[in-house]
Amino acid sequence: MKPILEIQSVSKKYRIQHLAGGYLSLRERMKEAFMSKQNVAEDFWALKDVSFEVQAGESIGIIGRNGAGKSTLLKILSKITPPTTGRIVSRGRIASLLEVGTGFHPELTGRENIFFNGSLLGMKRIEIAAKFDEIVDFSGVEKFLDTPLKHYSSGMQLRLAFAVAAFLEPEILIIDEVLAVGDAEFQKKCLGKMEDVSKSGRTILFVSHNMAAVNSLCSSGILLKDGAVQYAGEIKNAIELHINGDARLFVDKAGLRKLSRDLNIESITIETSTIRVFDEFRYSFCLVSKEPNPITGLALLVYSELNERIGIIDLRNNALVSKSSSQKKICIEGSIYDFSLIEGNYKIGLYLSSALYQGEVHDLIMVQVTPPPSEVLPYEKQYRGLVEFKHKFSIC
Amino acid sequence: MSESIEFTIESSKRTLFGGKELWRYRELFYFFTWRDIKIKYKQTVLGFLWAVLQPLFMMVIFTLFFGRALNIPSQDLPYPIFVFSGLLLWNMFSTGLTSSANSMVNNSAIIKKIYFPRLIIPTSAILVALFDFFMAFVLFIPLLLFYKQPISFAAWWCWPLAVFVTLMGTLGPGCLLAALNVKYRDFRYVIPFLIQALFFLTPVIYPVTLLKYPLLQYVLVLSPMYAAIELFRLPLVGLADMNTTFLFISFGSGTFLLLIGVLYFKKTEAFFADFA
Repeated sequence: MKPILEIQSVSKKYRIQHLAGGYLSLRERMKEAFMSKQNVAEDFWALKDVSFEVQAGESIGIIGRNGAGKSTLLKILSKITPPTTGRIVSRGRIASLLEVGTGFHPELTGRENIFFNGSLLGMKRIEIAAKFDEIVDFSGVEKFLDTPLKHYSSGMQLRLAFAVAAFLEPEILIIDEVLAVGDAEFQKKCLGKMEDVSKSGRTILFVSHNMAAVNSLCSSGILLKDGAVQYAGEIKNAIELHINGDARLFVDKAGLRKLSRDLNIESITIETSTIRVFDEFRYSFCLVSKEPNPITGLALLVYSELNERIGIIDLRNNALVSKSSSQKKICIEGSIYDFSLIEGNYKIGLYLSSALYQGEVHDLIMVQVTPPPSEVLPYEKQYRGLVEFKHKFSIC
Repeated sequence: MSESIEFTIESSKRTLFGGKELWRYRELFYFFTWRDIKIKYKQTVLGFLWAVLQPLFMMVIFTLFFGRALNIPSQDLPYPIFVFSGLLLWNMFSTGLTSSANSMVNNSAIIKKIYFPRLIIPTSAILVALFDFFMAFVLFIPLLLFYKQPISFAAWWCWPLAVFVTLMGTLGPGCLLAALNVKYRDFRYVIPFLIQALFFLTPVIYPVTLLKYPLLQYVLVLSPMYAAIELFRLPLVGLADMNTTFLFISFGSGTFLLLIGVLYFKKTEAFFADFA
């Protein structure tokens, strides 16, 4: 049987305009028009020679870091933008959910939005009317059907949007980061619906940063890196490669760090750059100076990806003070047991107050924390704060 | 669901018009138009009445200033009827052109996320104007009765044809401006000015015969709206008044603009999502 979707060496080029000298004024434009044109545009290949095949009924997860080309690939698949070279052969209708709720209008009521959005996604009017009750049921907003959407809470809007999309019946469904919308109950409904969809023989292309969701929904995966396919195959391998590939990158960067002319941080290592929540986090590093460098203050700094300071680890003790005033090389090793931060990337920095150097370095090394296994899909990260509590509970 | 559809997505794929695809998406014309009409009159007290009141007020103003004060000739029609018949179509043209020219930019969020034939967007914007036309047309009938205006039976083909010519005459420039607007937002500022200028250059509130120089008359009838308005007034003034040369010049220019507009739109539509 022929594959339902064949992507044949697809590439996509964008032109990036570099605006020399900050703002582009009208005067600059005029000058440009009359003077010899300087080449300020640069080609950027968002996708490079991407090829893969999808069999009917398969659920494929497309993963990769930001800017790896995932969204561009989906845009090409859903015909929003054409590829620069290459071609795609599709043997089924494609519908895409690039961001739910596209086309929702705040002035229209819930009922009106269901019809307009459904039609926009490719449903016939009769189809929508036939499924109307199911859609409303699924979204759980029946009380507000005739209220303008602008009076809905954002959660209600998202639920309505997903509900409409969930009742689409194309052969190939493209989903971009729609899961984990709303509360746990609704999430479960969504996951169940998606499983139904894939069981009914339809093909799903799923793009997400939520590895837990990708893992549970997809059988195989495509890992994109800098616009090219890095791996295509088992979803488990793709996820593994995705996470560890990132980690390697950070370790390479942090081989040696010059703090001042006479002072280096050397051999910073962490046992593993990917740890699971609640695992022990081991680290070690050495400070090397040309002459003994008495240290009065030393601390590890833990920063979030958004550069919030999460906490510090105070490394001052008597041994440090005495050894640093006599030795040229000081090595420190330690561990944080119970690394109880929610999943994500954290930057480990250093604060040092010494004779040769005084100051802070914020990104010595990066550590990635992965979520613990759980029987439900975790809530979205933005709702979960910073700390993962070690806890237990029971239903009585 | 079960029929097997095979298609390819390629860089060079460009259909000339895509009529088949448009037909498949025909319901979307309806939904876009329906949505825009709903939104247009949401949270207004008078609602659809606005579609009637606008041309009515315009008619009163023009009648007072041009009809009474300046005594502009009106092809032997009562001036209010003369100007209202012109304004009916002109309003459809000007609101249709403005909203279709801005339609692609206003719907950029949808364009960037979902595929459908892009031509639907500017077309629906014009269909909204058609709806307003019908609303205002309701007022035109009592106006004709009030002035006891005789109407020729030719109205049954003249009026629909006039509406059709207006739609096509709006679609061409509308598509062209919509496509240009996506890339160069400058056109957002050009459009109101353009419409204002066209209003005085099209014989809406004065007959083309008002101009004494024949050459100037030939220039004025280049406006696609000339043919539409002339056709619309024909059953009122009598078919003997028809200037076929002028009509064909106007038709020709309208057809030309329609081709240019739609072709340019189709040529650039693939990249709307990248620029919008």
